[in-house]
Amino acid sequence: MSDAGSATGLLVETPVIERVLGKALQRGGEFAEVFVEDRHSTSAVLDDGRVEELSSGRDRGAGVRVVVGETTGYAHTADLSERGLLAAAEAAAAVARQGGGGRVVALERRDAVKRNEVTQLPEDVAKARKIELLVQADEAARAGGNAISQVSASYGDGRRRIQVANSDGLLVGDDQVRTRFSVSCVAVGDTGMQTGYESSAFTVGFELFDTVDVQEIAATAARRALVKLTARPAPSGEVPLILESGSGGILFHEACGHGLEADHIAKDASVYVGQVGEQVASPLVTLVDDGTIGPEWGSFAVDDEGNSAQRNVLIDKGVLTDYMWDYLRGRKEHRGSSGNGRRQNYRHLPMVRMTNTFLLNGDAEPDEILAQTPTGVYVAKLGGGQVNTTTGDFVFGTVEAYLIEDGRITEPLRDANLIGNGPEVLRRIDAVANDFAMGPGTCGKDGQSVPVGCGQPTLRITGVTIGGTAGD
Amino acid sequence: MTDTVSQQESTSTSTAEGELLHLAVRVAGAARSGEELEVYVSRGVETDVRAYEGEVESLSSAASAGVGIRVVVGGRQGFAYAGTLEESVIRQTLADARDNASFATADEHVGLADPDGVPPASLDLWDEEVLRTPSAAKVEMALELERRARSADPRVRQVAFADYGDMAAEAAVATSRGITATARRTVSSVAVEAIVGEDTDSQTGVGFSAARGPGDVDLDKAVADAVERSTRMLGATKARSGRCAVVLDPRVTSTLLAVVSSALSGEAVTKGRSFFADRIGEEVAVPSLVLVDDPTDPRSFGASTHDAEGLACRRNVLIENGVLRGFVFDTTSGRRAGVASTASAVRGGYATTPVAGCRALLLAPGGLGAAEILSDVGEALFVQSITGVHSGVNPVSGDFSVGAEGLMVRGGVLAEPVREVTIASTLQRMLQAVLHIGSDVEWLPGVAAGQTVAIDGMALSGS
Repeated sequence: MSDAGSATGLLVETPVIERVLGKALQRGGEFAEVFVEDRHSTSAVLDDGRVEELSSGRDRGAGVRVVVGETTGYAHTADLSERGLLAAAEAAAAVARQGGGGRVVALERRDAVKRNEVTQLPEDVAKARKIELLVQADEAARAGGNAISQVSASYGDGRRRIQVANSDGLLVGDDQVRTRFSVSCVAVGDTGMQTGYESSAFTVGFELFDTVDVQEIAATAARRALVKLTARPAPSGEVPLILESGSGGILFHEACGHGLEADHIAKDASVYVGQVGEQVASPLVTLVDDGTIGPEWGSFAVDDEGNSAQRNVLIDKGVLTDYMWDYLRGRKEHRGSSGNGRRQNYRHLPMVRMTNTFLLNGDAEPDEILAQTPTGVYVAKLGGGQVNTTTGDFVFGTVEAYLIEDGRITEPLRDANLIGNGPEVLRRIDAVANDFAMGPGTCGKDGQSVPVGCGQPTLRITGVTIGGTAGD
Repeated sequence: MTDTVSQQESTSTSTAEGELLHLAVRVAGAARSGEELEVYVSRGVETDVRAYEGEVESLSSAASAGVGIRVVVGGRQGFAYAGTLEESVIRQTLADARDNASFATADEHVGLADPDGVPPASLDLWDEEVLRTPSAAKVEMALELERRARSADPRVRQVAFADYGDMAAEAAVATSRGITATARRTVSSVAVEAIVGEDTDSQTGVGFSAARGPGDVDLDKAVADAVERSTRMLGATKARSGRCAVVLDPRVTSTLLAVVSSALSGEAVTKGRSFFADRIGEEVAVPSLVLVDDPTDPRSFGASTHDAEGLACRRNVLIENGVLRGFVFDTTSGRRAGVASTASAVRGGYATTPVAGCRALLLAPGGLGAAEILSDVGEALFVQSITGVHSGVNPVSGDFSVGAEGLMVRGGVLAEPVREVTIASTLQRMLQAVLHIGSDVEWLPGVAAGQTVAIDGMALSGS
């Protein structure tokens, strides 16, 4: 396959795409779309004191979608020649049985609004410099003390160029560059082994490391593992909980984010069905999903259906204002997409996904919130989570947490899961501070993973169930 | 699904497999002096159908292929992959892998597998029906699944998804050290989620059925599972905190074994990331517990003739009568531990390198079925599903804390439903507190079979 279209910045030339869309519609489809993707990635891992492996990969291909009534046909191919694309179009069109029809599509190219400029493409950076970062991180983590028994540092970058064209005449592209770095440590003590992890990830190039210090990431990971060596079991039962700024945006991702995705709403599979205009959270809660924030991990210029990223207020002072939408769900409700149509890669259909989801600042001081909490659990870092959108029940795990006694942070706690019900927990938020911060995450839904951002200021929940073993 | 074992010779490769192997051998033949080269090529087709409200919501069909190349020079490993089998791209991928190798730290243990003469098991993991069955018939299965789910119980308010999916995958690996191997398999499955309601209460339940081919997929079983799991949760409330025994549903057991398996990986053990490290020969579990990883058992969905490095898969005993007997190793982790590979290299496709892991775990079944176990335990929490496994189970420290839902067991029978609670302990303690291992083995997709297991002394957190 040649690099057809590279001279124009397109992965596939416009006339070819027009013919492919025509083919996709020939059996009577109402909407057709061609999604082309070209992805290059590099990753490097240092483990057990050695640079274990440098890996590089490339994946390119296209997916063709045809919509007829409530039915979507999809086919994908790694063959970007006109012949390959036409074959995919024919396969996707097989869901349309009416026959006949067909129409000519004329594409009009639109420029995506770039949210940030990548100043240093990772592909232009010598591999040796990437390796050097890993070595620095390893040394910094081991400097944490002899109790640090194992260190794994990981570097990754990816460049994802996409091109989306559809039967509405849209033709748009995006060039998404992401860079990440993470460190995980094991510490050994009398009580066994404990683990610590920290990462940094942004939608930027290698300039990430102008502002992010890998030694600091490593030191944080080491500290988390070390602190837990002396940790006691977490309590068991319902406790007041403080989430440190930037530590647990995943709470909102799970407690309500997924439940506000229009595909769950359409199938009555969310506790938030029919709740627009209702008070669904404490008045202190204003929740936003925003794919436009320059360098954040869940940002992009256009989503994987070609719609521009947007800032969407989901909950305003506790009142539910809107859900998140992709093309199909919006079409059904006679409205537009909210820029939330995303997919893992060209092998998948797009669906409603979050971008960067976060709680806005309140006006409390974080220190005061702590001082006014006689007993409870202070979470400095949450790990992953999971939700059942229909019941609203969700869990998320702590990876750095402490006991609160007399309004002060005291002893460290071993890892535990917290469990709650989305709407209940949102109503129990009784203090929100002014120290907003965000962090990166990977969101999995229906077998597809996409990068997302999560954020919140320091906040307090009056009661949530923590699943420790204290009392042993 | 059927438990019949076909004796068809799997080494009689199909034409397609022959092509893949031919390609892998040819690329591996380009190894330079002093260089070890491993070429893994794979190819697959899949179909996915989702039904909703009597219509096809989506129908996806796709074929994909890719190559992953490992180069080892002087103990330095480099890797590169590409999502195509085009000649020019494969050449570039090989060049990338070579370049990448020059940046790795030399490690005397790193290297490719040596042929060890173990013959591959004769397994038939391929059902041609996956390829022969027309899309229309697969669509009809998804539609029928949805119809049956909607009419199975008046409380079914919605069917969130009703899916049919299948795949047929083939892979070949060839190395400059003389390894040549092929493996192929098919999987066909249906999955359905029922949303049931009474008044304002809504509960969900997922049911599925998987087999090697569409003819052995059981729609009624999937529907019955989804309906039973959702309806019996109606009216669930939080339970009181306290200490109790738990009885794990086979699916939960399978999930937990998968986590335990990562602590049995030679990779984790040799790098000090497993609570099992240095404990060979010690009693790590109750004496009745026997845990074996046996990919040569065709009933397992993880069954395979060869591992990801091209060695013949074999049966590995990990825990015998409660005593830790061994780990699973690939070539590199084995060398690090001073032992041979147990042919346990696994890989997530062409885009990742092989690593030691389990494929087909099974706990030796005990004498009692699920109902008898409930009856014997008397008072417990029956756990139908768990959440937060990735955030709440740590295979390094063994710390265990997950969200749970299920039913209380009172007087030896299932009683009122319970939700929004957690169960916690440590994996070390749980293995020593196993009360029963069920006779009700269920072969499930994933790396472990499931069966009912009862464990004493878990901390339950609720209200």
